[in-house]
Amino acid sequence: MSYKSKFKVWRGDADGGDLNDYTVDVNEGEVLLDVIHRLQATQAPDLAVRWNCKAGKCGSCSAEVNGKPSLLCMTRMNTFVPEETVTVTPMRTFPIIRDLVTDVSFNYEKARQIPAFSPPKGVAPGDYRMKQLDVERSQEFRKCIECFLCQDVCHVVRDHDDNKKAFSGPRFLIRAAELSMHPLDSNPDRAEFARDEQGIGLCNITKCCTEVCPEHIKITDNAIIPMKERVVDKKYDPLVWLGSKIGIHHD
Amino acid sequence: MSSLLERHSYDVIVIGAGGAGLRAAIEAREQGQKTAILCKSLFGKAHTVMAEGGIAASMGNVNSKDSWQVHFCDSLRGGKFLNNPRMVELHAKEAPDRVWELETYGALFDRTPDGKISQRNFGGHEYPRLAHVGDRTGLELIRTLQQKIVSLQQEDLREFGDAEARIKVFAELTVTELVKDGDAVAGAFGYYRETGNFVLFEAPAIIMATGGIGKSFKVTSNSWEYTGDGHALCLRAGANLINMEFMQFHPTGMIWPPSVKGILVTESVRGDGGILTNVEGKRFMFNYVPDVFRGQYAKTEEEGDRWYDDQENNKRPPELLPRDEVARAINSEVKAGRGTEHGGVYLDVSTRMPAEVIKKKLPAMHAQFLELADVDITTHPMEVGPTAHYIMGGVEVDPDTEGTAVPGLFACGEVSGGMHGSNRLGGNSLSDLIVFGRRAGLGAAAYVSALGEKRPTVSEADLEAAGKAALAPFHAEPQPGPDGAVAPAPENPYTVHTELQQVMSDLVGIIRREGEITEALQKLQSLRKRAEHAAVEGHRQFNPGWHLALDLRNMLDVSECVAKAALERHESRGGHTREDFPIMDPNWRGVNLVAHLVPGTNTIELTHKPVPTIRPDLLALFDRSELEKYMTAPELTVLDNPQAAAGEKA
Repeated sequence: MSYKSKFKVWRGDADGGDLNDYTVDVNEGEVLLDVIHRLQATQAPDLAVRWNCKAGKCGSCSAEVNGKPSLLCMTRMNTFVPEETVTVTPMRTFPIIRDLVTDVSFNYEKARQIPAFSPPKGVAPGDYRMKQLDVERSQEFRKCIECFLCQDVCHVVRDHDDNKKAFSGPRFLIRAAELSMHPLDSNPDRAEFARDEQGIGLCNITKCCTEVCPEHIKITDNAIIPMKERVVDKKYDPLVWLGSKIGIHHD
Repeated sequence: MSSLLERHSYDVIVIGAGGAGLRAAIEAREQGQKTAILCKSLFGKAHTVMAEGGIAASMGNVNSKDSWQVHFCDSLRGGKFLNNPRMVELHAKEAPDRVWELETYGALFDRTPDGKISQRNFGGHEYPRLAHVGDRTGLELIRTLQQKIVSLQQEDLREFGDAEARIKVFAELTVTELVKDGDAVAGAFGYYRETGNFVLFEAPAIIMATGGIGKSFKVTSNSWEYTGDGHALCLRAGANLINMEFMQFHPTGMIWPPSVKGILVTESVRGDGGILTNVEGKRFMFNYVPDVFRGQYAKTEEEGDRWYDDQENNKRPPELLPRDEVARAINSEVKAGRGTEHGGVYLDVSTRMPAEVIKKKLPAMHAQFLELADVDITTHPMEVGPTAHYIMGGVEVDPDTEGTAVPGLFACGEVSGGMHGSNRLGGNSLSDLIVFGRRAGLGAAAYVSALGEKRPTVSEADLEAAGKAALAPFHAEPQPGPDGAVAPAPENPYTVHTELQQVMSDLVGIIRREGEITEALQKLQSLRKRAEHAAVEGHRQFNPGWHLALDLRNMLDVSECVAKAALERHESRGGHTREDFPIMDPNWRGVNLVAHLVPGTNTIELTHKPVPTIRPDLLALFDRSELEKYMTAPELTVLDNPQAAAGEKA
């Protein structure tokens, strides 16, 4: 069941590079990362690629396969016809380090800007009580493996470096939603923060992020749209505005 | 060298950014120490994310009969009484507080109907004990600790105007050598994977939290990072490695297709009702309940099935025996010709619960099989077999402070040894990380405080040597053949690695024999020579061939420790099964095998050391009839004469 397949893999660094042609053996049941590893072991020992778990759980091996943001470890070779040339390129939204490895520090900077979980005052460790139904909303977003494919695909920043300062990207909008929907988070300003500091208004809900999410998180429907609604509610509803001023929090 | 070298100075260096490393770093920073975390991958990608089932802690949320004492007994039974009893005690007592603490950092565990943290059943645990988040608990642990570190950095930004004033993560950085000043550690030398540039971290305290060694085996659930770096760095720095013969083969790894072979299938599948059958459709685990566990497990399928709903009046099914037992049973079934097409057994939930329940309880497993193997586990059984999963052995530490034999060097998590004895229970790993991670942070902080101004220093000669060793693969020459003829080309590190994995899997795997282990040791020697001639091409920037050539040395050191200890232990216990010594021998229960370097050489030597004795008040938690299965007659006399024993140090 082995066959030889043609690949174009981008090789280069910050100064530039090219698609290189390779022909590599492919065996039954393999994923693209297996083939990249075989390429390293037999033809290109210095080919740079990030990976860790090879099981879709760590979100390290993000790249673009025939232009589509994908995890190399979850891209099965039988989704291509044997004659097809498979093109593998690094994520386009982030600066190149080498070959398939990009500088994803943008994401860690954005993560650090979001105010952390704010524990409920006067509730001792061990006394936290939450309903399963209530934690499930945030749990969906905590499935995120931080592969940053949603950040890569998002057209707000994909070809617009100038938007990066003002826009935190889908991954951190779901982080905002996760904290906003956390039953015991005591920070009432998550929606305002998403509007003023995370640039949620720049998102025009094309759902590209949801489409590439390997964890199938409904980023747009379950996180971004509800957060946009909260922003609007808080901005225009005088009662909500008053409530937030006197400390009533109803998330 | 010094002109090319980036230097940093910290109070505490943590090597490894999994659960243990991050928890240790949080503690060291909260104790006021300036702390750095060094990790081979990006922040938040550590192997801990692969843990699925849960965190064992006797909170008693689902069954109020649970207590630290029951958890203590279960862990000691699981480890076949070879565990360090003080570690087991601390672990059982402190795990609930550590789990509750995670909630204050923002963790969101699954809940009971009354809103507490839900707890699930797992192999070897008497009561439902594992706090969990579906089947992605490890990811929740990592993300929670990662976000706690971010919150500490936000505090520092407010206070000092610098988010990294007191805690900083250096990602994608590999440490190649620990540097010492006399007997004590003085720093860590390594390189940035991205640039290949060298960097030195000077620090009086180093916490090793690098995880395991699975990448020395062919079929493993472990990620590429698990090359035994911490084990090898500590060994070379003069620390002891104990219990290295005990390697846990998780009974249920994926076996088909070949490219996913080894990927973990969580034990929760069995905890939630999944059963193991052979190709004849027979539920074979009932034939494999060993004598020591016979009283604690169901005798019939009917009783086992009733247990899921009524644990008061029924015993648990034998699918939930400790992992070593289940792995051996699967191995035996396959060997007896009752295996599946691809050489495993079936693990089935499809006939046990409705599709909706499976998707709810085991979402990651459902997706994993659907996406990687084209199998829908709600309608078809999974094919599974044993996979190298966890090393019980590791750096010998003081149970309370996690300090090693080397002053200033601490170890916690999988890289440390003793806690799990000869076999770890599922769920006891994540709790181990946070209990002993915190303690290592405290231990290192106290050590640094006690030092005062007397900081160790790093010598230029040591730096020169470390730099030279790290660059050796770029200058490797072909190895002369036995007849003096020069080999056509230097070694390819990928080839040497593949052969090492084959040797360890074939000759020091789940079932071991004297002749094969001896053969493995010879092959390891020849691989070691070849690894010295492993050459790499190209540049220093993000060069995976170079990285592997350096990791190889660690894998070879650690593999030799495993093989030497496996050869020495003439019995079968936990994660060490000798076909030629199939019995668990009470005379071996009290023996730890300790691997260390003969000073001034690269020779690994093995010595015997007694396992610390179990305090009488802890021993009293067991029935005498159970202890008789594990202990020698002289050890049992202690039970009859507790006064004499009270004088002994635990």
